[in-house]
Amino acid sequence: MTYALVAGVLFGLYFSLVGIGLNLVFGVMRIVNLAHGDILMLGAFIALGVVGIAGIDPLFAVPLAFVVFVLAGVLLYWVLVPRLQGSANPEMLSIILFFGLSQVIEAVTTIFAGTSERSIQSRLLGTVFTTIKVKWFGGKAAGAGPIQIFGQGFPAPWVIAAITSLIAIGLVYLYLYHTRLGTLTRAVMSRRDEALATGIDVDRVSAAAFGIGLGIAAVAGVFAPFMFGSVTPAFGADATVTSFAIVVLGSLGNPLGTALGGVVYGLCYMLVQTYLSSWADLLPYVLLIVILLLRPSGLLGRRVRVA
Amino acid sequence: MLNASKHLLFILAPLVVVFALLPGVYQNHLLLFNFVIFLILAQGVNIIYGFTGYLPFGYVGFFGAGAYGFAIMVMHLQTPAPLAVLVGGLVAIALGLLLTPLLRLSGAYFAIANLAASLAVLHFVANPALEGITKGPYGVSLTGTFNPTHAYYAAVVVMALTVGAVIYLKNSPFGLALQAVREDAVSASMAGVNIIKMRVIAWLASALVAGLAGGIYAWYVSVFYPDNVFSGEFSIFAIVFALFGGVATITGPIVGVLILYGIYNLIGFTTPQYFQLIYGLLIMGLVLFLPAGLVSLATRRGWHVP
Repeated sequence: MTYALVAGVLFGLYFSLVGIGLNLVFGVMRIVNLAHGDILMLGAFIALGVVGIAGIDPLFAVPLAFVVFVLAGVLLYWVLVPRLQGSANPEMLSIILFFGLSQVIEAVTTIFAGTSERSIQSRLLGTVFTTIKVKWFGGKAAGAGPIQIFGQGFPAPWVIAAITSLIAIGLVYLYLYHTRLGTLTRAVMSRRDEALATGIDVDRVSAAAFGIGLGIAAVAGVFAPFMFGSVTPAFGADATVTSFAIVVLGSLGNPLGTALGGVVYGLCYMLVQTYLSSWADLLPYVLLIVILLLRPSGLLGRRVRVA
Repeated sequence: MLNASKHLLFILAPLVVVFALLPGVYQNHLLLFNFVIFLILAQGVNIIYGFTGYLPFGYVGFFGAGAYGFAIMVMHLQTPAPLAVLVGGLVAIALGLLLTPLLRLSGAYFAIANLAASLAVLHFVANPALEGITKGPYGVSLTGTFNPTHAYYAAVVVMALTVGAVIYLKNSPFGLALQAVREDAVSASMAGVNIIKMRVIAWLASALVAGLAGGIYAWYVSVFYPDNVFSGEFSIFAIVFALFGGVATITGPIVGVLILYGIYNLIGFTTPQYFQLIYGLLIMGLVLFLPAGLVSLATRRGWHVP
């Protein structure tokens, strides 16, 4: 029981990280980024690359993935979004546009990397900490064994991923509530046309949000090989659906609700897997539908129903 | 009603005749059958997305429900195949009724909820705990009813009905009212349109055709797994085909299926990932440059496209 609860919270925090980028993009642009899972997958491949080529701790892939995908996101925004926003029904067409993008990403990755499953030895993650410990405090380099919480052992990568997620969510909070660009972002989120009328450069704000959303997704992807065991180029599609379940659970368009949604999801997932394992696959979808019907705006949401 | 008979004569009749005669000329019957199935599904998407604006991202849920409705009738009650196909359609309608609350959601919320619903049905059917009824993830084998020739002609009949339904929508006050609801639900309800009833009818109609298609698919292939008949590819392909041609028209989805599924079969089998790449780029280009589909090339020039 304790094990399931703690594991649920750890996984939940990670799931929040997975969902938050998707939610930022939807909240600001009303764009459904169906390629979200594929960005995750690319983040995982950056981690694989860092380990494979440089042979260093995959944690170094975190800043790399973030910077690369913020830049890629801004670029992608200018290529795709203004043209999309000009069309008759951007919200619907975005679903299809980004589905196309996800197909392209998946195909290109398959062409270059093949379809085999990739994984990273979990003891590689966090080696930087043990090295620092050895250098500063002496002692000998112990392998990153399980970490003890409430008398139960958990794999170290889970804990590291959860801590990174907490830091990332905190940074998103700081960005949204304590920087100028973040305040503008929230203005665009709450009412796009009024923000435009006030003279906010909506395109610049949206491009930043899009870049950050993709960047966070890539960071979440770095941990994917540890949390899910392995990754393949086709991993993106499943990840997208799971992210949607989390995001809707929290509430679409409210990035901080996603943190709550992720934890609730993680807890439910672990509890169902412990007690009713054959129904665990069904959970995210049923949860998603029930939440949508009972509280269409999510656990922390505003009203969104139209007609 | 002059237009309607013109459409019946010049679009539906040639389509049915061509697909009824092709098996005698062309050897790859499975390919022809898949064309007919995708014509049905693309037109089903057209009914719900083209005329009401709801994007059914989990459309395959109805297809799979129809296939399993068929399979359960045949496995447990030994019903004759045509009857079981009808039951498949009814199962899809029942699922559609169960999901009507989703119609309260708008835009992307509906699309996502529908996707989740189809995956929920998949995991429900594939659950090992229900092995006694659905055979769980191990798949069903219905050799007793296997008859691809009859199944093919049944598919052509359902395709004719589906295209007929779209012709009706295109030419009737009902279809016009639906499009009014799509454009502006509030104004339409002010003008005396019962928007809820309209949407539910269109939703159930598109569920029915997908369920019938699923039942016939089960009849044709006779051995399948939950992952086959609930494959997200069916939803995606049907939506992309319909959009590529142009929704809310009769010919758009037909053109879309013939062109895109044709390309798929030319290059898709040998090098799937290159096809996926081309396909993805095609979809993106479509949304960015031709959001109203191929038919908009003609309508922009002022030609009328049925």
